[in-house]
Amino acid sequence: MADTEKNEKAMEPAADATPNVTEVETVDAATEDEAVAAIEAKVDRGEPILQVRNLVKHFPLTQGILFKRQIGAVKAVDGISFDLYQGETLGIVGESGCGKSTVAKLLMTLETATAGEVFYKGQDITRLSGRALRAVRRNIQMVFQDPYTSLNPRMTVGDIIGEPFEIHPEVAPKGDRRRKVQELLDVVGLNPEYINRYPHQFSGGQRQRIGIARGLALNPEIIICDEPVSALDVSVQAQVINLMEGLQDEFNLSYIFIAHDLSIVRHISDRVGVMYLGKMAEIGSDTEIYDHPTHPYTQALLSAVPVPDPESREGRERIILTGDVPSPANPPSGCRFRTRCWKAQDKCAKEVPLLAIPERFAGTDSPAAHESACHFAEEKDVVHA
Amino acid sequence: MPDVTKTKAGTDTGVDAGPLQAAADAVLAPGAVSQGKPRSLWGDAWYELRHRPLFWVSAVLLVLLLAIAAFPGLFTGANPRDGDLTNHFLTKPELTHFFQADWFGYDGQGRSIYARVIYGTRASIMVGVGVTVVVTLVGGLLGMVAGYFGGWIDSIVSRIVDIFFGLPFLLGSMVVLNAFTERKVYVVIAALAFLGWTTIARVMRSSVITAKQADYVTAARALGAGTGRILFRHVLPNALAPTIVVATIALGAYISAEATLSFLGLGLADPTISWGIDISDAKDAIRDNPHVMLFPAGMLSLTVFAFITLGDAVRDALDPKLR
Amino acid sequence: MTTIEKTADGAVREGAGDDGTPLLEVRDLHVEFHTRDGVAKAVNGVNYSVRAGETLAVLGESGSGKSVTAQAIMGILDMPPGKIPQGQILFRGEDMLTMAAEERRKIRGRKIAMIFQDALSALNPVLSVGYQLGEMFRVHQGLSKKEAKAKAIELMDRVRIPAARERVSDYPHQFSGGMRQRIMIAMAMALEPDLIIADEPTTALDVTVQAQVMDLLAELQREYHMGLILITHDLGVVADVADKIAVMYAGRIVETAPVHELYKRPAHPYTRGLLDSIPRLDRKGQELYAIKGLPPNLLKIPSGCAFNPRCPKAEDICRTDVPALVPVTEQDGTELPGRGSACHFWKETLHG
Repeated sequence: MADTEKNEKAMEPAADATPNVTEVETVDAATEDEAVAAIEAKVDRGEPILQVRNLVKHFPLTQGILFKRQIGAVKAVDGISFDLYQGETLGIVGESGCGKSTVAKLLMTLETATAGEVFYKGQDITRLSGRALRAVRRNIQMVFQDPYTSLNPRMTVGDIIGEPFEIHPEVAPKGDRRRKVQELLDVVGLNPEYINRYPHQFSGGQRQRIGIARGLALNPEIIICDEPVSALDVSVQAQVINLMEGLQDEFNLSYIFIAHDLSIVRHISDRVGVMYLGKMAEIGSDTEIYDHPTHPYTQALLSAVPVPDPESREGRERIILTGDVPSPANPPSGCRFRTRCWKAQDKCAKEVPLLAIPERFAGTDSPAAHESACHFAEEKDVVHA
Repeated sequence: MPDVTKTKAGTDTGVDAGPLQAAADAVLAPGAVSQGKPRSLWGDAWYELRHRPLFWVSAVLLVLLLAIAAFPGLFTGANPRDGDLTNHFLTKPELTHFFQADWFGYDGQGRSIYARVIYGTRASIMVGVGVTVVVTLVGGLLGMVAGYFGGWIDSIVSRIVDIFFGLPFLLGSMVVLNAFTERKVYVVIAALAFLGWTTIARVMRSSVITAKQADYVTAARALGAGTGRILFRHVLPNALAPTIVVATIALGAYISAEATLSFLGLGLADPTISWGIDISDAKDAIRDNPHVMLFPAGMLSLTVFAFITLGDAVRDALDPKLR
Repeated sequence: MTTIEKTADGAVREGAGDDGTPLLEVRDLHVEFHTRDGVAKAVNGVNYSVRAGETLAVLGESGSGKSVTAQAIMGILDMPPGKIPQGQILFRGEDMLTMAAEERRKIRGRKIAMIFQDALSALNPVLSVGYQLGEMFRVHQGLSKKEAKAKAIELMDRVRIPAARERVSDYPHQFSGGMRQRIMIAMAMALEPDLIIADEPTTALDVTVQAQVMDLLAELQREYHMGLILITHDLGVVADVADKIAVMYAGRIVETAPVHELYKRPAHPYTRGLLDSIPRLDRKGQELYAIKGLPPNLLKIPSGCAFNPRCPKAEDICRTDVPALVPVTEQDGTELPGRGSACHFWKETLHG
């Protein structure tokens, strides 16, 4: 335990040094009106809309029934920073337990961050409340993984998609809502006549469309998609992905696309971040990550993806990692990946590697010159035969 | 009963549903694809219920019992309190004299057993329904609050529930009733409800905990929904089914508890008419005149049976695994 | 149905299972579920066979009947609502459906074992894994407690669970997902069955662990010369380990092929659609090809070819005539061993 505490101290300067995230132009709103006005302001395409800085979420582990005392913490997210630009899709990949879903909940302010900031148009949403927070909620929406549990089985489709309007009545006047719901159904490719049906009367893919329609209802700017297609059949996955891409263009949306399926993430994302045990291991454009990965974890992850093509498969190098992901309650010292890494040396146990452009590539315009949190970063193509 | 807490049919990832069930669901899932008319889950449950003969048996019985409780005068012309000692309980039942005062014979004080059985229904039903209503409201509310808010609220409520749960139900009610000299129906209701709410509170708490973890609750929170909306729109409708089942079955148990207390002389007392009192009165005559005991006891069993059967039928209908 | 000769590991192919009769043969199997809304036809005449040492991958989406077929083979179908109105399941030439229950029970577990997707719910949470593994030996082979435990450790070693001796008394929840799946495999392997049915064995696992588990399964299969039926929806997983593939749709097999051939040249529009609809890891694609429409409603399977409402090639004949699974050939008529397609227009699909 003492060991990990020391590491956290060592980590702090690291987070500050993250170079490739743009500077945050904070907005100091004195009144709620100003705050809401700032939230409603337009952001140009390609400008940062959401800026995450040193975000930390620790879930306390407690003992005792009435008088709880803390005996440790699950470090689900442990200091990550990234920017989301208007109109882009940022993919976040990682295995179960890497903290990617916790990131989604933090961005949705469904969980309170232990430390760090999330700036939405210059305002830290982790500190907002009241009308300003409601305005943020309207603008950041979410699509869930499981279409079977994310829709209330006792409500009709019309009530489900119309609920956002009831919570935010200013968006649509009462008489207009039914028509709006039917429009939304049409937009996501469902028959508007289905408005009075119940979720269990639909298939998984159709339900996911309903979930997307609910997410679109308030005309948000950002949609956070937490594994939106992983529960769907292959033939339906493509439909939903295409729908989401179409909607992005139509409504000028920015996506954070969280998934474990690397192929789908590549397909939909402009930039990709790879997470491991609560930290960002590597982040860059899709070509940089997939064709020029420099972090050993990314390389292992990519090489393990089963490719539906036995011929190209044969030429590929496969890195099979040993062991399992360590517990986030007690992560390894130094680099968190070192326990499964074939390159690990003494340095990896002592120093936390910074998420930065590796020195050897710094200043070059090689695609390998993107941020990677490894002491021994080197390029290795594992995807192409 | 634990089955009903799984409010929604298992999904492919449903850990508790087991691999077989998950597979079967996966097979049947596409079968649901946008067929026909809108069909709510309550509607589905009602459909299931309608197709169960046991439901109809208990429903017919219950309607009859409620009618008797509400309008006993429609079912008998005799006065249950009129004692005519010439009719002392030596008079045997006249089983062919339908709906007549002497249909079931007379008791020790020459009162029409038929009339007493009819008039006794009201007290039993009132106690059963009354206790159930109080218990469901109190227990349901506490369970819901504990389950939804968790934390120290849950700790405190759960400890109180545990303490009450530890007190023996009948013994506790007897102690409470002993403190009252006037034993009207509402006193008995209060005494039984005093200790009876814990079961409902527990059931409600656990189903609320299950329901509040569902993704649709998270989705509502993400939209900015307030606590009231989440609780009453999303959590409660999905947590209600187990409580309904438990409450229906418990209703029968409360009726028999009332009879037990009355039999022991601690429940209702004269001039209230109750099956329990009549059973108690009959206990000395049972060897020679079993009919004096038979009819109130039979009525009691029939009523309890009707409620428990209804509870069973409702549980089957609400259990998504059979769908 | 034709079976496929695989030359590469022909050398290992000898002994018991190879006297011409396949290890397992499913013939014209039908399975129905009687539901309130009608009869759901989950399996509608499936034929396939597996030989010793061979891996058959059954590929399909939810509702294709792939898992139901496996459950029918294992005899773990819930009946009712399930029903098998027609068909045969031959294990070494004997029909398991007409066998006495006792005889069938002997085959199950001892000769045919199954691996489930969700290892956590398939293992008993209140018994240690050592006990559960040892149970097989105590019940089926009458070993003593001590011997059974030794066997359990041996098995855990074999599926490469580190520190097996120390972990033998741990409970399922103390293991990670990948380790639990290994325990499931160990359990299935315990009595050295002739055939293993793995139903989505790696779907619940992370990619890096998936690879480990698939490798282990393939290795054990080679070592024991078992037949393996791999049920999955993942075209990627199949590509790695299968010898031959059967693609299922709406309770029928729509295409069979040796693994390489299927990916190179699919002979059924559904297979082609599936292959085209998955994004590639090695390049950034344009818009994904999406098979239009929805998976069929099993209560109301479309007439003719079940795929016709979603098929880009569908013509009138597809809506009236059910296409049979026919052998496909090269353009010049050369036979393509092991290949079959249930499409009226397989020629166009394969060669066009």
